[in-house]
Amino acid sequence: MENAFGQPQCVVVLAGSSDIARALTKRLCAARAHTVVLAGRNQGLLDEASSEALDCGASRVDTVLFDARDPSDAERAVNESFAKAGDLVDLVVVAVGLLGDQERFQDDSTMAGEMATVNFTWPVAALAQARNLLVSQGSGRILVLSSVAAVRVRRAKYLYGGAKAGLDRLCIGLADSLEGTGVSLQLVRPGHVRSKMTTGAKEPPFATGVDEVAGDIMKGLADRTPIIWSPPILRYVFFVLRHLPGPLWRMVTDAADR
Amino acid sequence: MSRVTLCGWGRTSPSVATLDDVSSESEIAIALASSRAIIARGLGRSYGDAAQVSGGTVLRSRIGDIGPIDDQGVVLVGAGASLDELLSESIPQGWFLPVTPGTRQVTIGGAIAADVHGKNHHVDGSFARHVIEMRIVTPGGGATVSPSVDPELFWATMGGMGLTGVITAVTLKLLRIETDQVLVDTQRFPNLDEVMSEMTHGDENFRYSVAWVDCMTRGAHLGRSILTRGEHARSNDVESPSLLAPAPARLKVPFDAPNGLLNPLTIRAFNEAWFRSSPRLQLAKPESISSFFHPLDGVRDWNRLYGRRGFVQYQFCVPEGSSDTVRRAIEHLSSSGVASFLAVLKRFGPSSPGPLSFPMPGWTLALDLPIGPASLPRLLDDLDEMVLLAGGRIYLAKDARLSPEKMRAMYPQLDAFLEVKNRVDPEHIVTSDLARRLNLVGA
Repeated sequence: MENAFGQPQCVVVLAGSSDIARALTKRLCAARAHTVVLAGRNQGLLDEASSEALDCGASRVDTVLFDARDPSDAERAVNESFAKAGDLVDLVVVAVGLLGDQERFQDDSTMAGEMATVNFTWPVAALAQARNLLVSQGSGRILVLSSVAAVRVRRAKYLYGGAKAGLDRLCIGLADSLEGTGVSLQLVRPGHVRSKMTTGAKEPPFATGVDEVAGDIMKGLADRTPIIWSPPILRYVFFVLRHLPGPLWRMVTDAADR
Repeated sequence: MSRVTLCGWGRTSPSVATLDDVSSESEIAIALASSRAIIARGLGRSYGDAAQVSGGTVLRSRIGDIGPIDDQGVVLVGAGASLDELLSESIPQGWFLPVTPGTRQVTIGGAIAADVHGKNHHVDGSFARHVIEMRIVTPGGGATVSPSVDPELFWATMGGMGLTGVITAVTLKLLRIETDQVLVDTQRFPNLDEVMSEMTHGDENFRYSVAWVDCMTRGAHLGRSILTRGEHARSNDVESPSLLAPAPARLKVPFDAPNGLLNPLTIRAFNEAWFRSSPRLQLAKPESISSFFHPLDGVRDWNRLYGRRGFVQYQFCVPEGSSDTVRRAIEHLSSSGVASFLAVLKRFGPSSPGPLSFPMPGWTLALDLPIGPASLPRLLDDLDEMVLLAGGRIYLAKDARLSPEKMRAMYPQLDAFLEVKNRVDPEHIVTSDLARRLNLVGA
């Protein structure tokens, strides 16, 4: 069971080898998590993440393999993760995502479609099953990694941002649908995060590190904030950016992306 | 039966369960036989997750008849009756609860499950000491237990957080009173050392004693306190002796306050005002039973003042001779700048034999802490370490965040409890979110 600070004891992480997920898992294990199931596509990376979790205090770690390009497999991946958890699952982290190479993918139907599948369709399919299992449990939380890129989609990253926007908006409805079920969903909207997904990219303002994001998430879990911004100031920054006129928005984002 | 979201008084960690109102032992037996996970709930005043069970059944007992009070003060009460209902009957007849917590809005069953204590613990012990016998329905069947009949089950149930079964009826011995007034001595102390020294030497002369401690002052004023001590007024102590039932709350918090209304700034201001408005020294001032014993009942739904995020109550006790731990805990809190409202310090007398009963001879400190500061979870984990090191423990009725490992270390008699548990409920059907979180009774 989770405690009063939203610190879970039993956690399932979808895309458990992503940098943010790893930083978060370490913190969760240092708090109260004793059972962790890490699901992802690369066994080697999952094993690395597993040993980190054990080092940080978990007593039982297991892994599940899945490929986010195949949404028909999402239900199996979630079921297997819950089965391996064995106990009531307190927290399901959905960290699945692919930043992709916009310039290379935007004129390629296959790759553009795949960006939507990995960033949107697979997570949606997984969420459907996670919702099912948690609601019948009567408790638990879902944490979905969205992005500030979803708040207003910019031209330089519209494949990623657009798919995340779909996920983000869908989750707001999903969160409302969970009212009264004992289950809740929280969205995380990090800004530019220094991670292996973004190495080489130019750093825009308000860039943050994975550990800072994990810290903001821990606080958001305790506060039960529906949308966790990281760093928190982005909530206000994007309130302004969201309302900028198009030409101005393009100028600002192009400057940041250049 | 309906699906409802339940949480504790601190309003953290909600979960959904099926609510089942029962009004007889046979209905309870049926519920126990047909559930995979079940727990009884009284008025939901435990602060954490003790009276909820995610995905299971939460029983609410309607068995709340209050029998006649005999000339020795012995009364048979349905466990679903609240202390408020019992006092409304008993005070006009000149009888008072031998032990009362800070609110009347708990059931008799809940008072036993938490083995509650009051301001008189140093003299009269906990609630358990005044129970003559009780009826309990376990998955194995109904039983009447007492300190001489199946004492293992009797004591495991005292402080057992409802995990041995459903308590249905209780025979209690009440305390004779002549008036509904208490004569109260109030004294202000500039720091913790002075108030603790006064309590160590002077508490034995009073039936009731409790100190309110300001945990937000530092340095020379660390732990400045207001000590209140009292005795029931005899009929010749007051001008117009009366025996009136306590009045219901007149004020109510109608909606959730914004998160952060109670923050270090507002709480510091409140503490300052509270401290200054209290007399430096005042002797034998008559006060009503309600205002002396149940200050929290003056405002209904006061937990909403903490906003939607809720709050945790942290209450620990440490053995005699560990006053230094109390001091260091308060230092730790005040230097962290975490807001804490109305810390309550009190001395405990001898323990009850209940293996999970909380009090032990020494000191207890209780703190209300709003959820919010990022440093709070870690701070409380640090305090757990200090308490454990001193040989103390955390009160399960208040707990919402302890770890299973530390719980086990704090309650060395847990195995004795589990022995009884395994006898009366081998499949561990009776369980709660608290029991699961603390790994008390398996899955």
